[in-house]
Amino acid sequence: MDDFLAARSQMALSLGFHIIFSCIGMVMPFFMAVAHYYWLRTRDVTYQNVTRAWSKGVAIFFATGAVSGTVLSFELGLLWPKFMEHAGPIFGMPFSLEGTAFFIEAIALGFFLYGWDRFNPWFHWFTGVVVGVSGLASGILVVAANAWMNSPAGFDYVNGQYLNIDPIAAMFNDAWLSQALHMTLAAFAATGFAVAGVHALMLRRGRNMDFHTRAFRIAAAFGAVAALLQPLSGDFSAKDVARRQPAKLAAMEAHFHTEKSASLVLGGLPNEDKQRVDYAIKIPGMLSFLAHGNFEQEVTGLDRIAPQNRPPVVVPHIAFQLMVGLGTLMMGIAAVYFFALWRKKQWLTSRWLLGLFVAATPAGFIAVEAGWTVTEVGRQPWIINGVMRTADAVTPMPGIAYSFYLFTAVYLSLSLVVVFLLYRQIRMVPELYDVPAGTPEAAHA
Amino acid sequence: MDYVVITFLYLAILLYLLLGGADFGAGIIELFTSRKNRRVTHETLYQAIGPIWEANHMWLIIAIVILFVGFPRIYSVMSVSLHIPLLLLLLGIIARGTAFVFRHYDAVHDRMQGVYATIFVYSSLVTPLFIGILAGSALAGYVDPAAPDFLSAYVWSWLHWFGVAVGVFTVALCGYLASVYTIGEATTEADRQRFIRKTRLLTVVAFAAGALVFVAARYEGLPLLTWIFGNPVGITAIGLATISLGLLWYVLGQASRTWLPRVLAGFQVTMILLAVGYTHFPNFIRLRNGQHLSLFEQLAPAKTISALGWALLLGSLFILPALGYLYYSFQHVSRPQSAEAHGG
Ligand code: HDD
Ligand code: HEM
Ligand code: HEM
Repeated sequence: MDDFLAARSQMALSLGFHIIFSCIGMVMPFFMAVAHYYWLRTRDVTYQNVTRAWSKGVAIFFATGAVSGTVLSFELGLLWPKFMEHAGPIFGMPFSLEGTAFFIEAIALGFFLYGWDRFNPWFHWFTGVVVGVSGLASGILVVAANAWMNSPAGFDYVNGQYLNIDPIAAMFNDAWLSQALHMTLAAFAATGFAVAGVHALMLRRGRNMDFHTRAFRIAAAFGAVAALLQPLSGDFSAKDVARRQPAKLAAMEAHFHTEKSASLVLGGLPNEDKQRVDYAIKIPGMLSFLAHGNFEQEVTGLDRIAPQNRPPVVVPHIAFQLMVGLGTLMMGIAAVYFFALWRKKQWLTSRWLLGLFVAATPAGFIAVEAGWTVTEVGRQPWIINGVMRTADAVTPMPGIAYSFYLFTAVYLSLSLVVVFLLYRQIRMVPELYDVPAGTPEAAHA
Repeated sequence: MDYVVITFLYLAILLYLLLGGADFGAGIIELFTSRKNRRVTHETLYQAIGPIWEANHMWLIIAIVILFVGFPRIYSVMSVSLHIPLLLLLLGIIARGTAFVFRHYDAVHDRMQGVYATIFVYSSLVTPLFIGILAGSALAGYVDPAAPDFLSAYVWSWLHWFGVAVGVFTVALCGYLASVYTIGEATTEADRQRFIRKTRLLTVVAFAAGALVFVAARYEGLPLLTWIFGNPVGITAIGLATISLGLLWYVLGQASRTWLPRVLAGFQVTMILLAVGYTHFPNFIRLRNGQHLSLFEQLAPAKTISALGWALLLGSLFILPALGYLYYSFQHVSRPQSAEAHGG
């Protein structure tokens, strides 16, 4: 494997790994806060048990998210030193604010995880909310940094020099709002469906019905609301991309030739040599509508992009289809769920509805990975869109392939251990949470 | 704002060494505790660091962010020339952070505990070793962005006796800090005595490791003695460190004092850093060609520095009181209801 490809793969691997943990770290505190709130309000012990059981899983995810995030802040330099040398002072603002957000999150987490029965219950509850809010803030901030790579702002690029740097303008670049909104919803949708799916599986097996029903309802509600909004925000993102990164839009839509009243390509396998898409369904005019809001307008194709500036097509196109497909599926399930809540209460306990959720357990996270693949691969060959090429940013150190293999091995084993630990947590639910809370057995886990 | 940013950089490094260092030290102590006492030691240490460990390690992230936003060239030179030790440091951080949490949150207690514990204690040793190697390499003057071949560019930049000696010394200091911190957390008199003996032993070890640094510096031809004793600040700092060490030994046995020894130990480490660092300020990395990467010269553009400075100042307005309250709330957690803390 050549070093450049290894560096890109290592970055993709580390980010793809981190994003799963960070989504959970951002969203689970809100689920816990709701369960915790019901416990404090109703004194229904099951809610306390749900909160505690979740908080243990979350502790595992947090630790993994924190170390993988620490790795990332070094990796940016280890792999892309030339990028960081120039970009650091420009897009650093969100990172410096994020530092504060992380810190508050870490402090609040200490209070929350270790503060049971030690503080005023509402103070304890509040620290849980703080964990969620600061996690969300850090997610939004780091996405603003990524948005700057897509839509550079806050400096003048003159003869290879980065002048008149304005870190605030860089933070509020053109892409940050659409990306931050879409990412935040994605985190809720993905985590909500994943957690709901696990509890739905337990419900189908008839285990600890009270416990899993309450847990399922909370997770499903958050996930379903987010899944309904997600396509709307995705549409907003697509229009944004069409405006600021026509090359990326063309790649993800496999739109090779500039045309008016462009058709939307569904599915299919792009053939980059022949500049066409095989086996696809085409909906005339639809791409013009989705990208620009009317059926007539011209949509820039890859033919307008200089060959050396064209992103790959196959990967972004397939990833985009995957994301949209899963998004539509999740939206459908969410609609059914709300209909059931509204009109058909008996569906809520039916095996088929739970089965839908079980089947959709990984859907959100697959969509998240796919969406990031669209964003990042679609930006190629640029690391800073239109300003610096990824190939010019990579570290001069040879042998990155070995570090990529090493990280692959480390992240693979970590994933296995996390799954193993989670499995053990869930398996222990009957033993740990069938005793009334407050007794030593319940507390001692 | 330049001074604000530089102060925060040093503060973050110092606090990472004092707080994160004690945290690493906890693992180191566990490694050097007899099998018989290991369980008590581990429980006591866990009670002490469980709630705060995540916050302790945030200082590293703050330091890195300050570097890449405020001093991008220093960050990029470090990232290239010291790639390998940074990578090894990261592996240590991953292994340690996850093993620590997995060990306490695994729902089933079985043989896996032994695996987590082993990973935890060895990575607690390796991580500060590489932190020390990195610190030593910043001073040693082997970092060479223009190096012609792989070995001198990426290996000899950090693999030298001075770096290794500083690494060993850092490990010893972490162990020493942790042992002082834990005395106040002991639940029984016997444990307390055991931790006190450990502290005395580790003081001697730290001294020996410190002497090793001087030997290595001499071997590598580095004027460490002049760096430290060539100016009044260095001499004063070493003097104060020595006095506070004497004081520390004196109050160590007094059961009523839990905070004084900790403050004294932290003070000593701060003074040692000051003594070594003072002559170099504002130089951050010595290069092979005799030049330096100076903090003042490598500063990012003024607008960035001012934004970063404000972010740090405002951030610390939130962070410092919350952090203080966290430490305050969880001191002596091991005394009341030790079973409950496990439930968290
Ligand atoms: C649960 C996850 C999820 C779901 C269901 C969807 N997305 Fe998405 N999408 C993401 C998760 C995601 C993401 C991982 O969060 C991305 C990557 C970068 C970003 O800002 O969000 C993303 C990026 C992304 C982009 C690129 C933005 C950019 O490069 O700036 C577009 C155009 C869309 N999405 C559009 C959609 C549409 C039309 C969807 C219709 C159903 C959709 N997404 C569902
Ligand atoms: C966590 C979600 C993210 C995922 C899954 C992700 C995914 C990826 C992928 C797949 C690549 C490789 C693209 C290629 O080379 O073909 C990449 C590259 C990169 N990403 Fe992201 N990314 C994420 C967020 C971010 C953020 C928030 C930043 C920075 C603030 C960032 C910075 C980079 C950099 C510097 C590269 C390397 C240069 C490049 O290939 O363009 N990424 N990422
Ligand atoms: C879109 C991409 C990203 C999102 C949404 C995101 C979000 C988060 C969140 C919510 C956390 C809190 C801890 C947790 O939940 O486990 C976290 C941790 C962390 N992230 Fe990311 N992150 C992203 C990418 C990055 C990148 C590119 C970097 C580095 C440059 C980074 C650095 C960190 C660090 C250092 C931590 C540890 C903080 C701690 O100890 O609490 N993240 N991330």
